[in-house]
Parts: sequence; C-alpha cells; structure tokens
Amino acid sequence: MTATSTLHTAELPQRKRKRLITEDRRRSTLLTVIVWVCVAYFIVPLVWLALSSTKDNTDLFTTFGLWFGNAFHLFDNIGTVFTNSGGLFARWLLNTLIYAAASALGATILAAMCGYALAKYRFRGRNAVFWLIIGAIMVPMTALAIPTYLLFSAMNLTDSMWGIILPSLVSPFGVYLMRVYAQEAVDDSLLEAARIDGAGELRIFSSIGLRLLAPGLVTVLLFQLVATWNNYFLPLIMLNSEDLFPITVGLANWQMAASGGGGAQVLFSTVITGSLVSIAPLVIAFLFLQRYWQSGLTAGGVKG
Amino acid sequence: MSHTMNRRHARGLHSAQTRAAWMLVIPFLVVFATMFLVPLFYSAYLSTFTSQLVGGEVFSAFANYSRALSDPSFWGGLSRVALFLFIQVPIMLIASLFFALALDSGRVRGGKIARLLIFLPYAVPGVVATLMWGYLYGNNFGLIAQVFRSLGLGSPELLSPDKVLGSTMNIVCWEFVGYNMIILYAALRTIPRERYEAAEIDGAGQLRIAWSIKIPAVKQALLLTVIFSIIGSFQLFNEPNLLYNIAPNAIGTDFTPNLYAYSVAFKNQDINYAAAIAFLLGAVIVIISVVVQTIVNRKEREA
Repeated sequence: MTATSTLHTAELPQRKRKRLITEDRRRSTLLTVIVWVCVAYFIVPLVWLALSSTKDNTDLFTTFGLWFGNAFHLFDNIGTVFTNSGGLFARWLLNTLIYAAASALGATILAAMCGYALAKYRFRGRNAVFWLIIGAIMVPMTALAIPTYLLFSAMNLTDSMWGIILPSLVSPFGVYLMRVYAQEAVDDSLLEAARIDGAGELRIFSSIGLRLLAPGLVTVLLFQLVATWNNYFLPLIMLNSEDLFPITVGLANWQMAASGGGGAQVLFSTVITGSLVSIAPLVIAFLFLQRYWQSGLTAGGVKG
Repeated sequence: MSHTMNRRHARGLHSAQTRAAWMLVIPFLVVFATMFLVPLFYSAYLSTFTSQLVGGEVFSAFANYSRALSDPSFWGGLSRVALFLFIQVPIMLIASLFFALALDSGRVRGGKIARLLIFLPYAVPGVVATLMWGYLYGNNFGLIAQVFRSLGLGSPELLSPDKVLGSTMNIVCWEFVGYNMIILYAALRTIPRERYEAAEIDGAGQLRIAWSIKIPAVKQALLLTVIFSIIGSFQLFNEPNLLYNIAPNAIGTDFTPNLYAYSVAFKNQDINYAAAIAFLLGAVIVIISVVVQTIVNRKEREA
C-alpha cells in the first residue's frame, strides 16, 4: 500500500460554485426517499433507547416503545443509575475515562514517533520494522487478549489498571496511519532547512514534525479513544474487582443481573438509562469531531 | 581536502539521523515486544502443555492442537462464523457501498445529515448496541414484538435458537454499515471529478458510471473493508456473549471460537487448551486475510 494524495481534497472555490448551481437540478427524489428510509433503521433503536430512559420499569412493559410512558421518569432513572450498587456507575465512567485517555495519549505518542521515523529516515532495519508492524495489524486483538491475560497473571498484573492500559498502548494501525500521514504532511526540505540551521533531530521532530502531524494525531487519538472506550473482552477477562470495571463490563453485569430474575437487584429501566448515559459523551463527541474521522480514514491509505 | 571534509560531515549527519530514528522507533518497539510478541510466545509455550489431575502440567507438544482440530465445539464455532462471514459481510458491504455511492453522487437531499446519522451507531459501544438490540428483540417489552402483536401476528421469537444467528448479523450490520460507508465514501471523494464528468457528457448513465468508473476506483478501499470484516467476523465475541445472558439456550458457550476459548479458559480453567484455540483462531484469520489479499492483487495484475 502506498501513500495517497488525498489529504488535499479541498476543492477549488470556482468549481464549488459551479456545482452549487447544478446541484438543485441533480437531486433525486427516489434516491432521497430510499436513503432516508434506511436512515430510520439506524436511528430508531437510539430513539427507542432515549424514550425508554424516560419510563419507569412498569411503563417499560406496558406502553408502546416509540412513545413516552404515562409519566416522565428520566431524572429519577438517572438518579437510580448513579446511586444503584453504591454509586458504582460514576466510578465506572471515571475508569473508562482514565483507560481511554491514558491509552489514547500513550498509543498516539508512540505511534507518532515510530511512524515519523519510518517515514522520514532511511536506516538499516527500517523495512524489517515496517513489515513487523504490517503483520501485527492482521493479528486480531481478541486472539491476543487471552495470551496477554496469561502473561499478566503470571506477573500478578491482572485486576489492576495497568492490565488494561499497558496492552492498549500498542497500536500497529496507528503507526501505519502516522507513517502515511508523515509522508504526506512533512516536507523533507523543511527538515533540511532546520538541519542547516543546526537544530538537532529530536528537536526537529518535536517542534516541526509534531506540529505538521497534528491533524493525523487527532485521528489516531480518536480511533484509540473509541477502541478503548468500547473495549469489553480485555477488561472482562483481566478484571475481577467491580470498582476497576469500565462502563462496558459494568453495564453487562447489570444486564445479567436484570435478566437473572429472582433476586435481581437491577431494574431494566436502570440498565437502559445507564446505556443512554454511557453513550451520550461519545455521540456528542462524534457529532462535533466528525470531519477528523473522514480525513483520517482517507489518509489511512484506503486508496492503496 | 574540502571534499573529504564534506564526506566526513555527511557521514556524521547520517549517523546522527540513524541514531534519532532509532530513538524514535525504540519506545514503540519496546512496548510492542512486551505487550505483543512476549504474550504470543508465552501462550505458544503454554499451548504445548497439558494439565492433568495427577502430575500437574506435562509437556505434550501438539496434543492441544490435535485435540482442537477434532473438537466439534471448535469446528462448530468456526463454521458458524464462516456462515456469518458469507451472509452478513456481503449484505453489510453492499449496503455500505450503496450509501457511499448515493451520498457521493450528491443526489440525496440532506445527504450530509444522512451520512452522519448512518455513521452514528459506530459511536455506540458493541456492548450497548447488543444490550439495546437484545431488548428490542425480546418478548417482554421489545419494540419488534410490540409491532408484530399490534398487527395481529405472533411474536417473532428473534432470540430462538434458529433465529439468533440472524439476529446477531443484524446487530453487527447496524454497528458497522456506517463505518464501512465512511471508508468507501472517503475513497470516492478522491476520484477526480473530471473522470466522470467526461463520461456524463458522452451520455453514460449514473449506474453505468458507478459500475465502470467509481467502483473500480475504490477497489483498494473495498479490499480494506473486506479484510477488516473477515477479522471482525472471526473474532465475534461481544454480541454472542451478551445475548447469552438473555438467551442462554439459543447461544451456548461454543457459539463462536472466541466465546469457546473464553469459556474453556475461565469456566473450565483449562488455560493450555484455551491458548491453543486462541492461537489456531489467530492463524486461521491471518491465513484467510493473506489469501484474500493475494487473490485480489493477482486478479488486478492480470486485468
């Protein structure tokens, strides 16, 4: 796979104006209807989740899913979410934040350094390092989770925050993305000029390289943030203490308790409202940061 | 004189650059080695032992591997994810490609918002997505059953043993259609407009342009989504593990190879055998990814 020239997709203003004029004529009603009907499929479950979060457990069972219940219980439910099982939910949110932030920051810095070096220096062993990383991209993370658990339990590192953060620092795909990005965004002549001025190599990287890599850094950061935020398998096997759980494992435990019936201590309405609360930050972040996703995915060598 | 000085100077610069390169590469490599290579080698080592009731752990070479290869639970899971791969992945990727083409053509009103809304499920963790769909499927207060009952039809029983695989496929589609769409859409945006403006002037229809110009131009992006989907299908875990909580009879502990490895390791406490299963699964994924890539690239060279 080679680098792409897709980072510079900004179009000429002139062409844009021309397109705006012809755009109105080109709208297709049929295509619009088909696409928007499909959009409903993606949105209805989330609407259902939001509406169900406003119901108490009785209304959940007795009222229609896509409308409000007899009474508005959203704030009661949120209160229950945060007080249930001794206020564990807030702890889970905080843990998730710690895991996601630490892993994303660490992985991004490591990936930026390595990707920049692979893109900008010719040194013996460079190809070997590069192919090692390409090979690693194909190894599925969950196939690695059990081996990592086994190693960590031999070193007594399971059931600790390190058990989640350390394995998440490795992002071969992040290195690959940063290498592609550095090839595109960091101009060799700029580095040469800095060298002639007598700047050291690491100084050049930290003052020029990192600044030019900034948009790519944001993309890798976001990817790693979402990956850690969504991680379920690794914390599930790595952690035993409830107060170390991230939100995914915590919610799954509540779901099990709610479905268990009998002496269930968690209501369905609590699980549902907890789900809504846990996805709200990410959904909002997505809506605001979406342009970084696209530029990052374009940069990811998708054009081969 | 000055010539030799220059050369010496150049060599000095070169070694400074090599040193800097390694200083930048080594932190990643150290973490990579300890968190990636060492676990792999350690579990390869563990997989060559067998724990016995009497005598503890005994070296058994490839016994765990041959046991896995004749284990109906392993094969059952593997064939289930293969079935998943052959049905779910084409549906998902065709849908992704359709949305990407439709939105790229600029013919959809409110296309920008539609794109964002289709992508939104990717922001929902797989755990929450499964939880939510699990409830939507259920008979108690599931929306789908409510709609069916109000139409005078019986409950569809989407969590029954014969439907649960399809229900899982739907969850994965819901999560990843938008993600794949964005990859393909981003690739479509990089095609120079001139290439199909000329075809339009020649009287080519939109479908024809999509088929003959746009789809071939994003072949590499499509390959990437196929590879990611293959990897994703084989490691299926979150969805079945959570559906197991609400439909234990329909899912079972060997529904997918990953779920099986998990229950072997943590319910049966047979770490050695679990390591072998995880290893075999990883090998299957790498082999299939490489084979698919090779076939596609060879076809491209022939074409």
